[in-house]
Amino acid sequence: MSEVPPSTPPLLAVKEVAVRFDGIVALDGISFEIQKGQILGLIGPNGAGKTTLFNCLSRLYTPTSGDILFEGRTILDRPAHRISELGLGRTFQNVALFQHLSVLDNVLVGGHAKSRSDFVSDALRLPATRRGEAAMIREARDLIAYLELSEVADRVVAGLPFGTQKRVELARALASQPKLLLLDEPAGGLNHDEVGGLGRLIQQIRDDRNVTILLVEHHMGLVMSISDNVVALNFGKKIAEGPPALVRQEPELIRAYLGTGA
Amino acid sequence: MAAPAETTLSSSASDAVASVEMPRAARRDGTIAWVSRITFLVVALAIPLLFKNFVVFQFTQMLVYAIAILGLNLLTGFNGQFSLGHSAFYALGAYTAAIMMDQYSVSYIWTLPAAGVICFVAGFLFGLPALRLEGIYLALATFSLAIATPQILKLSPLEHWTGGVQGIVIIKPDPPPGVPLNQDQWLYYFTLAVGLLLYILARNLVKSRSGRALMAIRDNPIAARSMGVNLALYKSLAFGTSALYTGIAGALGAIIIQFVAPDSFTLVLSIAFLVGLVVGGVGWLPGAIFGGAFVLFVPNIAEGVSKGLSGAVYGIILILLIYLMPTGAAGFVRAVLSRLKS
Ligand SMILES: Nc1ncnc2c1ncn2[C@@H]1O[C@H](COP(=O)(O)OP(=O)(O)OP(=O)(O)O)[C@@H](O)[C@H]1O
Ligand SMILES: [Mg+2]
Repeated sequence: MSEVPPSTPPLLAVKEVAVRFDGIVALDGISFEIQKGQILGLIGPNGAGKTTLFNCLSRLYTPTSGDILFEGRTILDRPAHRISELGLGRTFQNVALFQHLSVLDNVLVGGHAKSRSDFVSDALRLPATRRGEAAMIREARDLIAYLELSEVADRVVAGLPFGTQKRVELARALASQPKLLLLDEPAGGLNHDEVGGLGRLIQQIRDDRNVTILLVEHHMGLVMSISDNVVALNFGKKIAEGPPALVRQEPELIRAYLGTGA
Repeated sequence: MAAPAETTLSSSASDAVASVEMPRAARRDGTIAWVSRITFLVVALAIPLLFKNFVVFQFTQMLVYAIAILGLNLLTGFNGQFSLGHSAFYALGAYTAAIMMDQYSVSYIWTLPAAGVICFVAGFLFGLPALRLEGIYLALATFSLAIATPQILKLSPLEHWTGGVQGIVIIKPDPPPGVPLNQDQWLYYFTLAVGLLLYILARNLVKSRSGRALMAIRDNPIAARSMGVNLALYKSLAFGTSALYTGIAGALGAIIIQFVAPDSFTLVLSIAFLVGLVVGGVGWLPGAIFGGAFVLFVPNIAEGVSKGLSGAVYGIILILLIYLMPTGAAGFVRAVLSRLKS
């Protein structure tokens, strides 16, 4: 997957992105690229700036300087609610589901950006609305089955086990049919067997659904085994970049993780 | 995401049970829903034939409150925005109807869509600046709306339309020619029809893409934005739609009472809607009818128990209800249904 011809423009290009919160430099001129079809691992100790970078990519934060290009075009001129429609989907570090909605409804909201409707036709349940709704539900149920969630499809999310909720978030992110999927610590809170399954699932999603993946993860075994490339951050700076086998030997990375069992 | 062996086993076992039970349970739920709907309709249609005119009028008033509460529920229950200002939209709808009928001799029927549109626009425009306000701050902003409304209605430059402190008296509409009903009976059925229509529209809305977007904003605004939901648009639309419902209720209220005056639309009315919403069940549409009944009848009951202490009696009834049914009629009905099923 990583031997893409150099002429292909990157799917995502992060250019010199800096983010400052009064006093704290969360990101300090980060640059890297992702090629289509890659799994890029983004690692770094706590507070390195990984989630801040994700929040820039989904336009929840605006970088203090720098640019972010998706398919060659800047995304900084778009509000957060117009990112999903580009094909940029995400999950959240601390599960951010719609707790009072069912699994099915959560996944349906995930598809919000690729469907159209308005209050009047929805309130009148016009035939076109009904057809659109039926198609959306069919697609969502397929996705739910794909992630082995059919059993809980009609259950309210609140009260489902944490691991299940993480999978619901994945289903919700996939519902927008993203080209690039941002996963923020998908293995957080999972046990050893579940992490192994997750690794296979992420690769399967990449292969079945043509999704490029940017993976933030503390679980080194997982990142190193499935990533094509790894970018390492520390205190908002990029300290290493390259294939997993090389990056794990970088002295700077080893120093950053000293004592944290990297 | 392979689950450990035990969970896989137990979950596939429960899956097997679920796949046998689910359709039957779903069918039973469907049956219960239809039985309750038909029961409601039969009772609702029979009321004017069973009671004296004044009681019929009271039931009409109850339906009007229920429509207002339905509107408040769309905003608060489904979109998570608070409002203490719905008396203002109710007043706007009421005055729209009264002025159209009094000054322009428009038929009462046409005042409803007009009140709806005017209140939608007003609610939408109020919702725009209110976007920056959350929770308690939004409550304060809407509070000032409720406080200002009666005073604005009394302003002398507007007196030509509003009638100032005196308000406006309007004529009670007759039933259409050939309909063998008296005025009270007719207005009851008319209000019931409008209420049912608005209920069905609300129900369609909350079960649609738009409704899911509203609830997504309520549950997690940041995630909703990341899923492509335009928060500004949907929150303003929720405000507008909510105001539309409450405005139509206001217009109906004016028509059945045949009178509007500034002091009927104070903060107390807003709070009554809020109480009705909580009593009926936040986020449960049929709760509106229970809320409407509470708003109308409980003050009368309290007055019946003790004239001097009616406020205290009202308070005690309210506290008891909340204590017995913490999630309003919604939770109570659900508990009864699950009792029925087992
Ligand atoms: N909204 C914010 N306001 C102020 N500071 C913030 C904000 N968001 C993040 N930060 C700070 O920016 C730095 C980077 O945080 P970030 O959450 O991006 O780290 P992370 O790499 O995701 O860490 P973890 O692995 O613990 O999730 C931290 O010092 C954090 O406190
Ligand atoms: Mg993080």
